[in-house]
Amino acid sequence: MDINQKYTPQSWPDHPETATMEGKNKFIGFWLLLAAETVTFATLFATYLALKDKGPSGMEFSAAGLFELPLVFAMTMILLTSSLTSVYAMYHMKNHNFKAMQAWLGITVLLGATFLGLEIYEFNHYLHLGFGFTNSAFSSAFYVLVGTHGAHVLFGLSWFIALMLRNAKRGLNMYNAPKFYLASLYWHFIDVVWVFIFTVVYLMGVIG
Amino acid sequence: MSSIAQKKGFGATIWDFMTTVDHKKIAILYLISGGFFFLVGGIEAMLIRIQLAKAGNDFLSAGLYNEIITMHGTTMIFLASMPLLLAFMNAIMPLQIGARDVAFPFLNSLGFWLFFFGGIFLNLSWFMGGAPDAGWTNYASLALASEGHGIDFYTLGLTISGFGTLIAGINFLVTIINMRAPGMTYMRMPLFTWTTFVASALILLAFPPLTVGLFFMIFDRLFNSSFFVVEMGGNTIIWEHLFWIFGHPEVYILILPAFGIFSEIFAIFSRKRLFGYTALVFATILIGFYGFMVWAHHMFTVGLGPTANAVFALATMIIAVPTGIKIFNWLLTIWGGSISFTVPMIYAVAFIPSFVAGGVTGVMQAIAPLDYQLHDSYFIVAHFHYVIVGGVVLGILAGTHLYWPKMFGTMLSEKLGKWTFWFFFIGFHLTFFIQHFLGLMGMPRRVYTFGADQGWDLFNAISSAGAVFMAIGVIILLVNVVMTTIKNERVGNDPWGDGRTLEWAIPSPPPFYNFAQTPLVRGLDTFWIEKMDGNKKGMIFAEPLGDIHMPNNSIIPFVISLGMFIASFGALYFLDGDKPWALAVLIIGLLITFGSMLVRSLKDDLGFYITKEELLEDAKGGKTDGH
Repeated sequence: MDINQKYTPQSWPDHPETATMEGKNKFIGFWLLLAAETVTFATLFATYLALKDKGPSGMEFSAAGLFELPLVFAMTMILLTSSLTSVYAMYHMKNHNFKAMQAWLGITVLLGATFLGLEIYEFNHYLHLGFGFTNSAFSSAFYVLVGTHGAHVLFGLSWFIALMLRNAKRGLNMYNAPKFYLASLYWHFIDVVWVFIFTVVYLMGVIG
Repeated sequence: MSSIAQKKGFGATIWDFMTTVDHKKIAILYLISGGFFFLVGGIEAMLIRIQLAKAGNDFLSAGLYNEIITMHGTTMIFLASMPLLLAFMNAIMPLQIGARDVAFPFLNSLGFWLFFFGGIFLNLSWFMGGAPDAGWTNYASLALASEGHGIDFYTLGLTISGFGTLIAGINFLVTIINMRAPGMTYMRMPLFTWTTFVASALILLAFPPLTVGLFFMIFDRLFNSSFFVVEMGGNTIIWEHLFWIFGHPEVYILILPAFGIFSEIFAIFSRKRLFGYTALVFATILIGFYGFMVWAHHMFTVGLGPTANAVFALATMIIAVPTGIKIFNWLLTIWGGSISFTVPMIYAVAFIPSFVAGGVTGVMQAIAPLDYQLHDSYFIVAHFHYVIVGGVVLGILAGTHLYWPKMFGTMLSEKLGKWTFWFFFIGFHLTFFIQHFLGLMGMPRRVYTFGADQGWDLFNAISSAGAVFMAIGVIILLVNVVMTTIKNERVGNDPWGDGRTLEWAIPSPPPFYNFAQTPLVRGLDTFWIEKMDGNKKGMIFAEPLGDIHMPNNSIIPFVISLGMFIASFGALYFLDGDKPWALAVLIIGLLITFGSMLVRSLKDDLGFYITKEELLEDAKGGKTDGH
């Protein structure tokens, strides 16, 4: 694989992410990693469900009383939109349109950062209510589940930013195309996990 | 990039191993460190048997005894058996499928160093205030009450080494899916490759629950969360579930590669194609599948209720079926074969009755009401040692003899090998067979001594004597290794003379690029097919001789793992209150880890090419070096 080879949209392969052996390996390896991540989150969800509303006797917090949907709904919409914008970025990656890809990735990062900001605001709000990490088994399970997702968002953002900066001057090639593709795959995974968090933690929490 | 190799100094050799991404060298690293931890765990076992040799012994204090049994189990499972099997997977599996390396050579190195630093971290607990003492299962209600930092060494150390194992699992899976030589279809893969494949899939799905459980424990102990704290609404049974959702597949992660090694041995030394290859493959997959559905048979006495117990009891009985299929296939492979009783074959033949005995006692425990009687008694200790020693350790010892020539280019002494076998095998049965009866007589596990009036003296003395035999066997093996290395008599491609698979078609040890030309595989037991066709080269080629792309060596995996190692000390001492430097250590460690990951990400690493001319030079007897 020659990193200096120049491509045009015509000579650029249909699936640059799997056009090389390295790309193929990364593609399958990353899907397998996502399988392991799925088990990780499944374990966190199971623990959360087991410990939901559990605390010391007389605990004043419950999922039904604590969570409010408007802010979380806005966060959900923002993150879902960022998944869509990352799809646009990959569309342009496959068409070898580097600038458009960077622009859409930039929008994805902005949306992701907004989501993360809102999540920090939300956690801060709970802390002010006295619902800290050490408050109860419920709070521990909540913060670890949602916080692990938040840490994934932070990692995904850092990944996008590092890729965008590193490749800003040299554009797309067969070496970095799989990297962009995997970062966006990771981003979709984060998004899917959030859909489950929104459903299991917030919707089912408010309904009771 | 490459040059004619010169004799390397000691420092250069160390540096070479620290930076290597070659699967064969990483295999040697796994073998050495796994072997080291095997000796450490063995010494712990000897201490246990000395303590239990007579009634009312005060050789070890009760507290120290708890630490030693915990570390014996943890070391043997996580730091000895797994890495030793990973050593053979690394050394042999890529050769068997005709690949030049694993899919991710860099990650392969990272996986090793994470395991290594995790293991060192765990064992440093001996020198830094005491080892973990809540048993290798580390049940939360006991572990949370443990004073000192022992448990924290356990949780943090296993977290780090668990990441390493997970990485290795993903790596092997991708290697087998993507890197098979032309013609190497799934149903032509050697059994050892198949078992590596299924064991890696189990690693992929079983280690995350353990990691999550360990994190809960870390948070509970170090950051005051309350996952397992009952008065805060927590639930200690969650730990038991998470541990065994990992822990039972872990048993199969260990035994399946051992099955793979034995399958190779039976075919080679019976000079026959494996009987029922297809059935063996599907039995392997079935065992992997059922392995995830039986975890609660470790928890029959917890009180999950009769329905749960019945379901898990049935699932446990069912899993004996594919295992039985395997046993019969091996027997029928030997049947009518032209058998040569080499050391690996002796181990393989001895494995069958030993492992069947362990399997039978396992099915006994699947009967939940009986399990109430056997639970936490020496019957259980006898059972799992029959499975792990009679299956996994015999497999590792057999694999060591079988693959030593391929890994090092020299042949272990058959004579000393047979001495090792007899001492170890007799010692093993002497130690553990009698423990079944100790269990039935009521002797509980994990209790540091017993009274003279309980009638367990004689059997315990016999058991301890057996342990001495096993130790002598291991010492003879070490002597064998040293003598073989000093003699340094080089062997050819196929030192056993009856190799059937691709690894025996190339030099021992293979050149660092494995195959100058990628082989074309024409069927199961491809090397055997070529031999029978009178092909002197041992294989036919899928491509003309050309340049080979190889990965660069890198120190970054070592540095990433070192950062995690340092950060763990910070986390460990963070909440002591009187150690303000701990937070700084935690942050510095994480900065090293994430910083080196960033360097890896930003710096292009495109590898290098070995040219056709260098390969031709190499074939003539010159030596091409990797860097």
